[in-house]
Amino acid sequence: MKPSRRDTESHYGAHLTRNGHQLRSAITSGPAVLWLSVFLLIPLLAVGAISFFSRGAYGEIELPLTLECYKRLLGFGLLGFDPLYPVILLRSLALGAGTALLCVLAALPLAFFIARLRLRCRTLALTLVVIPFWTNLLIRTYAWQILFAPESWITRAFHYLGVINAGEPLYPGVLAVAIGMVCDFLPFMVLPLYASVEKIDWSLAEAAMDLGANRIQVFRHALLPQIAPGLLAGIVLVFLPATGQFVIPDLLGGAKTVMLGNAIQQQFGQSRDWPFGSAIAFVALGLVMLGLTLYARRGAKEGPSLL
Amino acid sequence: MKQSLNLAAGLLYLFLYAPIAVVIVYSFNTARFGARWTGFTTKWYGTLLDNPAALSAARNTLLLAVLSTAIATTLGTLLGYGLDRFNFPGKRFFSRLLYVPVFLPDIILAVALLLFYSLVRSLLGLFDLGLTTMVIAHVTFQIPFVAIVVRSRLAGLDPALEEAARDLGANGWQTFSHITLPLILPGIMAGGMLAFTLSLDDFVVSFFTSGPGSTTLQILIYSSVKRGITPDINALSTLIILASIAATIVITLLQRNQRAAK
Repeated sequence: MKPSRRDTESHYGAHLTRNGHQLRSAITSGPAVLWLSVFLLIPLLAVGAISFFSRGAYGEIELPLTLECYKRLLGFGLLGFDPLYPVILLRSLALGAGTALLCVLAALPLAFFIARLRLRCRTLALTLVVIPFWTNLLIRTYAWQILFAPESWITRAFHYLGVINAGEPLYPGVLAVAIGMVCDFLPFMVLPLYASVEKIDWSLAEAAMDLGANRIQVFRHALLPQIAPGLLAGIVLVFLPATGQFVIPDLLGGAKTVMLGNAIQQQFGQSRDWPFGSAIAFVALGLVMLGLTLYARRGAKEGPSLL
Repeated sequence: MKQSLNLAAGLLYLFLYAPIAVVIVYSFNTARFGARWTGFTTKWYGTLLDNPAALSAARNTLLLAVLSTAIATTLGTLLGYGLDRFNFPGKRFFSRLLYVPVFLPDIILAVALLLFYSLVRSLLGLFDLGLTTMVIAHVTFQIPFVAIVVRSRLAGLDPALEEAARDLGANGWQTFSHITLPLILPGIMAGGMLAFTLSLDDFVVSFFTSGPGSTTLQILIYSSVKRGITPDINALSTLIILASIAATIVITLLQRNQRAAK
């Protein structure tokens, strides 16, 4: 914090009155604050509000106010207990967590590999990670449909290894969705992790080795604490968007891989049950806010921020 | 140890690039259907140029990206400056709100806006789905990225530079236009590039807020994939991939210059 920052008397060498400060604040922050209030805050609140309404016979939104949508989401429908939506919720969390875990396992060697390169090669190696990051997710996802075609060598290899039963297709399926997710989200994990790995103080690892620690102990006690902030940032960046993914399960999965995002799309699309769709979206929003709050609280302790 | 690390890294790069490579390779495949390689051709790029749907989608995509980026870069830069320099009631709340679109699964923003548009339409008759609603939606997720980038650039500035200008007799506007603006320009450009790329890349938000006649390239690709992948879609995707690679290289070079300038 710079000393002159909060001092209204001398503001970057200018002398601002209270009114002058307010006027400048309104001119600069005003338009965007207004925009985000109208087109972000109100729509998100509207989702919450509509989730308590009922669906009319033709898909219109009407009274009475009810908790029916949330009951349905928990599995208590009109026809008794139906685990469809609790299962979708758990599946989304599991697929999100699984994706984050696999991304951690894949990003660790990649980040260490890049950090150990010479400076010039490092820029190239990083750019090679950034390019898929900026390449369209839709394109990178549908490409797996080609790679997972029944006659492709990948499918044959999976059959040969016995990962999937002979004659069973790889796509659409849970495995295809998981592979697509890890491929699409890997750069989100590598970039923050690399930022931490690059700053590692290796003398700590050397000291640990001198003191007789084995490789696992060195990693666990000398390296892991140093890369924890990057690891945590990467997990948040992967887990939150992955849980709400709609395109990847839509293109690579089927009925058995419906996730929160697909369920929301279904209700706003074919089913035309906007109150129920809003309820699912509002729960997903709640999960994201919860995750962000937990992360922010922890980040405040540890220091570095995400962006 | 070192060799196994290299091997793992090599395989992971292969994994990251396999989907990109397969799209590019299959855009030159003569086969109309299926994943079998039957021979080399460039004819799909020709059919693309004769495809009015693809051309109009490309026009819509660019128009949407240019309009939304222009609005979002202006508003986002002002917001970044305002958040860095001035206080207002609710500032903490809005600083937090800025991070919500960064992490929010895009489908939630998409349906929230779809719902909002349709509620306003039924009350006021505004917001028929089309290019306007798409521009509004894109600006909404672009503003935070621009504001965050510009704000962090401003936070890194030395206040002595502006104070010196004022001491030497420059007025507020002169200080801003001669000192502050040139110093944060790389940040504004990086934010703008980010916003532009995000708009070009967006499928989900566009999909929910588009109307008849405002199909973008992403929507076109999605509906084609749903019907079954065809080689001309691979050709279209290849062109988009090449554009992303070019953009990434430009951004990387910009950042390097920025760092060198510091």
